[in-house]
Amino acid sequence: MTVANHRSFKGLTGPSVGVGFKPEHFEAIVDTRPELGFFEVHAENYMGAGGAPLRRLDAIRERYPLSLHGVGLSIGSPGPLDRAHLQRLAAVAKRFEPALVSEHLAWSTHEGAFLNDLLPLPYTDETVARVSEHIDEVQTALGRTMLLENPSTYVVFAESTWAETDFLREIARRTGCGLLLDVSNVFVSAVNHGFNPNRYLADFPLSAVGEIHLAGCADETDDAGLPLLIDAHNSPVRGAVWSLYSTTIRRLGPTPTLIEWDNDVPAWPTLLSEARRAERAIVDGTAKTLERADVL
Amino acid sequence: MSFETTIRAFAAALTAPSAPPPAMAHGRMGAPDARRFAVYRNNVTVGLIGSLEARYPVSRRIVGDDFFRAMARLYVSAHRPRSPLMVAYGDDFPNFIDARISEVQAGRNLDYLPDVARLENAWVEAYHAEDALVATIGEIVALSADQLPETRIGFHPAVRLLRLATPAASIWSSHQGDAVPSAPSDWIGEDALVTRPDCDVRVRVLPPLAYDFSLSLREGATLIEAALALNDPAFDLGTHLVGLIESGAIASILPGRTS
Repeated sequence: MTVANHRSFKGLTGPSVGVGFKPEHFEAIVDTRPELGFFEVHAENYMGAGGAPLRRLDAIRERYPLSLHGVGLSIGSPGPLDRAHLQRLAAVAKRFEPALVSEHLAWSTHEGAFLNDLLPLPYTDETVARVSEHIDEVQTALGRTMLLENPSTYVVFAESTWAETDFLREIARRTGCGLLLDVSNVFVSAVNHGFNPNRYLADFPLSAVGEIHLAGCADETDDAGLPLLIDAHNSPVRGAVWSLYSTTIRRLGPTPTLIEWDNDVPAWPTLLSEARRAERAIVDGTAKTLERADVL
Repeated sequence: MSFETTIRAFAAALTAPSAPPPAMAHGRMGAPDARRFAVYRNNVTVGLIGSLEARYPVSRRIVGDDFFRAMARLYVSAHRPRSPLMVAYGDDFPNFIDARISEVQAGRNLDYLPDVARLENAWVEAYHAEDALVATIGEIVALSADQLPETRIGFHPAVRLLRLATPAASIWSSHQGDAVPSAPSDWIGEDALVTRPDCDVRVRVLPPLAYDFSLSLREGATLIEAALALNDPAFDLGTHLVGLIESGAIASILPGRTS
C-alpha cells in the first residue's frame, strides 16, 4: 500500500528530483537549462553579505525551486539555540523563498565553540522535549515548518530509551515539523549498528516525510574489526541504497528527492545522471504501484 | 546522566586528541570504540583544514600540500570557530604563519608567505562583501572646481588596502591562471588595492602615494586634505582619483559645498 504524503510543500510536487547546487556547475546549469525539480544549498554558504555567491543563487532561484539545508543550527544541543544564527537562517530563507527548509538532528556548537561536524545525541525523554522546543523556536522564527533529517551515526548512547524512529515520530507529532528521510544515513547507521535498514524504514513515520536524501558513503572498519560506513557524500549512491530508495518510494509515493554529493564533486553530467536515476526509480515505483492496484 | 552532562563529556573528548572516547558513546560491542569516536574527531579537523585550504590556495601551492596541511592542523587545534558562520574562519591564519615564520621557512626564503596569505584573506573578504553600485568618471567630471577640494569619497564595502613589506601581490598574481609562477624582478614592498565592483575580485599594485591617499580618503578626509597630507607637490590628484574609480573602489562621491 502506498502511504500518501499528506504534506504539501509549496513549489515542490511529489516526483521532484534535485541536486546540490555547486558553484563549479553554475555555467553548465545556466547554459544547458536542465529539467530538474529543485536545487539544494547549505544555508551557511549563503550567509555572507554579498558578492558572487548570493548573485549566483539569485540566478538559480529565478529558474528553479530551492531547498535550503542548514548545517550549523545545532538543534540537538542541550543549550539554547544560537539566536543570531537562527536570524541569519531566517534572513536567507526570506531572501530566497525556498520551497523546503531543513536541518539536522544533531548538535555542532557547544559552549560557544562551533565544532564543525554533525554530532550525535542520546534519545531520552529529556532530549525529545529539548529538541522539540528548539524546533518550535525555529519554525516560529522562520514562519514556516521545517524538515528534520535523520542522522548517520557511528556511536549509540547507553542511556538512550527511545528508538530513533520513535524519537523522530514523536518530534514530528509534538512540533508539526516534517522529516527529511536520508536513506543513505539509514543504510550507514544500519551497517554501523548492525540493524536491518528495511526494519528501520518499516518503522519510520513515512507520513511525515517531505523530502528524501541519497548520498554516497565510504567503507572503513572499527577497532573490533567490524564494518564502519562513513557518510562521506563523496561518491555515487551505491546499489544497496538505490534498493532501499525504490522500496521506500513504492510505499511513500513520489517524493522530492535530493542527490547529495558534496565532496569530490563530480562533473555536471555525472551528477545529473544520478538525478535521472532517481527519477527512473520514482517512475518505476509509480508503475509498480499501479500494477498492484490493477491486480487488486 | 543529564543531556548537558553527556554532551559536555562528548565535546571534551572530541577536542582533546589523546583523550579516550567518552564512556557513554558505544560501538557494537556495548563499549566505547576509539576508531568510531575518531571519525568525529577527524571530521571536525578535516573540515576545518579544508576551509583553510580553500581560503589560501596560493599559500598552499607555495609550501606544498603536506606542509600546508601540517600548518593548518596546528592552527585548527588552537583556533576553534566561534560561530557556525564559517565565511570568516581562518582570517587570522596569516598572523599565525607570521608568528612561526622561522619554523615555516626551514631553510627556504619564504618571508613573503604571510603577506601572500594576508592578500588571500583580503580577497576572500572582498568576495563576500556587501554589494554596492560604483561611482563613474562622469560623477567626478560633473563636479565644479569649487566642489572638488571639499569632496569626500565613499568606498565600496569590498575595498581592502594592504601595505605589504614584500612583493606579495606580484607573487600572488603570478600564481593566477595557468601561468608558471615567477619571482618578481624587483624585491620591494608593494601596496595592494583589492576591489570587487561587480562579482569578480580585482587585485592591483598601487603606484607610490596611492595607498596613503586612499587610506586618508577612506578615513573621511576631503580630497584636498588627503592630497596635502602627502606633502608632495608632484602628486596628481586627478590621475589617482580616476585610477580609484576605474578599479571600482568608489561607491559614492560626496561633493563639497560650493563657497
